[in-house]
Amino acid sequence: MATTDVAIQHAGRPASKPIVNDMSIQVATVNGSGSQSSNTVLLRTIFQMGVPVSGKNLFPSNIAGLPTWYTIRANKDGYIARKKEIDFLVAMNPETAQEDVLSLGDGAVVLYDEPLNLRSLRQDLIFYSVPYDKLVATVCPEAKLRKLVKNMVYVGVVARLLNLDMAEVEKAIRKQFARKVKAAELNLAAARAGYDYAVASLTKQDPYRIERMDKNKGKIIIDGNSASALGCMFAGVTVVTWYPITPSSSLVETLIDYMKEYRIGPDGKATFAIVQAEDELAAIGMVIGAGWAGARSMTATAGPGISLMSEFAGLAYYVEVPAVIWDIQRVGPSTGLPTRTSQGDVLSTAFLSHGDTKHILLFPSSPQECFKFAGEAFDLAEQFQTPVFVLSDLDLGMNNWMSEPFEYPEKPIQRGKVLSKEDLERLGGFQRYKDVDGDGIPYRTLPGTEHPAAAWFARGSGHNEKSQYSERPDDFEHNMERINRKFETARSHVPRPEVHTGKSKIGIIAYGTSHWAITESLDQLRGEYNMEADYLRVRAYPFTREVHDFIEKHERVYVVEQNRDAQLLSLLKLDVSPERITRLRSIAHIHGLPLDARSVTDEIMTMEGK
Amino acid sequence: MASTSTPTPKTNRIGLSVMEYKGGKTTLCAGCGHNAISERILEAMYEMGVQPERLAKLSGIGCSSKSPAYFMNRSHSFNAVHGRMPSVATGAVLANRNLLALGVSGDGDTASIGMGQFIHLMRRNLPIIYIIEDNGVYGLTKGQFSATADVGSKLKTGVVNDLPAIDTCVLAIQLGATFVGRSFSGDKKQLSAMMKAAIAHRGTVMLDVISPCVTFNDHEGSTKSYKYMKDHDEPLHEVNFVPAFEDISVDYDPGTTVDVTMHDGSQLHLRKLEEDYDPTNRIGAITRLLEAHEKNEVLTGVLYVNTKAPNFIDLVNMTDKPLATLPQEVTRPSRKVLEECMEELR
Repeated sequence: MATTDVAIQHAGRPASKPIVNDMSIQVATVNGSGSQSSNTVLLRTIFQMGVPVSGKNLFPSNIAGLPTWYTIRANKDGYIARKKEIDFLVAMNPETAQEDVLSLGDGAVVLYDEPLNLRSLRQDLIFYSVPYDKLVATVCPEAKLRKLVKNMVYVGVVARLLNLDMAEVEKAIRKQFARKVKAAELNLAAARAGYDYAVASLTKQDPYRIERMDKNKGKIIIDGNSASALGCMFAGVTVVTWYPITPSSSLVETLIDYMKEYRIGPDGKATFAIVQAEDELAAIGMVIGAGWAGARSMTATAGPGISLMSEFAGLAYYVEVPAVIWDIQRVGPSTGLPTRTSQGDVLSTAFLSHGDTKHILLFPSSPQECFKFAGEAFDLAEQFQTPVFVLSDLDLGMNNWMSEPFEYPEKPIQRGKVLSKEDLERLGGFQRYKDVDGDGIPYRTLPGTEHPAAAWFARGSGHNEKSQYSERPDDFEHNMERINRKFETARSHVPRPEVHTGKSKIGIIAYGTSHWAITESLDQLRGEYNMEADYLRVRAYPFTREVHDFIEKHERVYVVEQNRDAQLLSLLKLDVSPERITRLRSIAHIHGLPLDARSVTDEIMTMEGK
Repeated sequence: MASTSTPTPKTNRIGLSVMEYKGGKTTLCAGCGHNAISERILEAMYEMGVQPERLAKLSGIGCSSKSPAYFMNRSHSFNAVHGRMPSVATGAVLANRNLLALGVSGDGDTASIGMGQFIHLMRRNLPIIYIIEDNGVYGLTKGQFSATADVGSKLKTGVVNDLPAIDTCVLAIQLGATFVGRSFSGDKKQLSAMMKAAIAHRGTVMLDVISPCVTFNDHEGSTKSYKYMKDHDEPLHEVNFVPAFEDISVDYDPGTTVDVTMHDGSQLHLRKLEEDYDPTNRIGAITRLLEAHEKNEVLTGVLYVNTKAPNFIDLVNMTDKPLATLPQEVTRPSRKVLEECMEELR
């Protein structure tokens, strides 16, 4: 049978000029089949060979049995955004195989499970088939494990076809199954079986190859949620409350693991408390209670949780209590694509709650920034005595990213304007909501401070400077204006944008994970259309001066976002002068997949009329 | 000149006068049961010598939840959102385990909008004193039924309640609260003794205090009126509390009291009015409460007490110092730890 196969494969197109270290591989499997391990091993192998690589998991909201796709992109130039075109398909899922093959571009490669018999579908593709079940039976005597091990066989086949080093595959497998020696051996045998089969029975016809580079030295592979978790631990978080929700759960679960490992004191007791709350309403309530009492407290959630936290967020804003809220954005509400990525919570979070509220938002775009912004978020929350929202997303949070290792935070933890017993003895007393320093930020004391003048009454917006209940119009107005002053002060303290400006009249504004598509798109615009564009990556709200300057300097500013309603653009409209608003153009991306460069480039060129 | 010496103001065991426990002037209606409860809280804190700065007062929304402003101005206070004080209190206690948390809620704040958080607070056995100032009616929104209103209870407008009342004490006992009592704002002696015992308890104390609303629910046909309570109050025992720092022996005939030693060594003596009632028996307590409903009685006293169960602070295995004030040296792991984490990810 194998011979026939090879014969047919020979009948395919002759191998053209090699394409080295530039391809996207898509693996189509069924979720719950162990494919996640196989895909991670494949990703790691390429990473270990020094080739820039990224992985995007496109998975269903389901535990087992539904289609899932994993896309690995290897790119010598370091582009790690999702690539729209698939070069190499590993078709393992009978349910999607036909459609997967039919949607490929001309010349793509298909590696399929033999019984799927996909070859007849297209004449313009390169096909390889592998009898996975037969191969896996030889290495895995235990029938019920075969389903899980089967996927590791294709790793071996791909390794052979793409010229991956089997020693690196082995290293990646051993890392993946570090705590399960037996599983490691079994998976290794499966990968080898695939490799050996390919050596014996498949003849290379496609041009794709991986060759060693030296671009990943010292780098790590991490998902954004783990990076955020590490960041929170090193930021000195003490109280974490949460309610499970995709895609944020892994942030807290990873944090629990790290904290148990590194934040248990010499007495065997925890220097933290992590509580799974009954819902998001309680999670945010606990964060606020803990923040009020002086803890560095946080929660992590996604859009539906953010909605539930709305009322409390407003109370925290007016009581002026620090809180850190991670929003790992996804598509919503209810069952609306909970496992797809989005930047759809920007507007609702910026003004979360009723009455006049506006919040500090941070937009990390990489694991490194997840780590760094964790510290920033806690410092800002305590310095400004207000909730701070970190808007990550599913793409950043749940996918594996290459990253430079994180730098140890050198800046001491900033606890803000908190008066101690000694301060009160010196001052005689204080007024909770008085703007002593002119920056809008008042002083606070923590419950438990042993001084007769320490206590203040935490309540909603109706209070005077002494935190006494007041319905007087002037008290209310003064308070609202002071809090606004505080927000204005925050403008010069939040992370500044990253700006790349030249002499172009065209500017691009983006944030979060869109960044990776933009950097590639800028090169496409330059290389394919000879068009230079400047770029500003927003990293926080309120917008700093650089954002205004950027809009001022450009005739047309494309605001690229992963939402329908141009949410960041809407925030910009509120900030810039009316005559500048017409410069802003929206490029919206809303299909739930990570943003790709080609879509951005095409859209810009269309809007530029070219 | 008369030779009378200036009287030294009376002080408690930590040297504070009762004035140091006062709050702002109440804005609740004259005769409101809640004001009497505030008085009992204040007295108990004074008599137990609680440092006012150690107390954290928390409340939700409603008439009851306004009351923390009317006692103990030297204590921090947090007026949270409707029905969600339990989560704020939980966070505060996690942040600073040395705080004595006092939650003041109402029947609307607890038994309707706050039911979810109430239930989970009870099951965590968080160290807190949670008081429901229970009048069966929404006062601040002018007289709608709450979920603790009894079947057949009548509003001033003549509307009759036809849904069964939620018994917060039954729920609290079933869910894991470790000190559950019911009292009446008009029963000064009983409520005072229960408040003091509550302060000595380390775990969730849930006190449902019937507190008539003189404006909206004190009329004929109400089952939460002063008159109804006077007629239907069935005390289980005479509650007597002896703090650990007082050396008083209480003489009761053997077998006539149930004596409970509280966490701090204080003694709770419950002189039996009902021969068979055992407040350490969970199932018995629930059964007796359900029987009382059948008989239209309002059972008062310490319904259930358990000083052995671990509280939430024990369960989360937190360090002894308040998390809020841990220094950076403790909360930020070393450079070496980060390097170790990075190496693992390579």
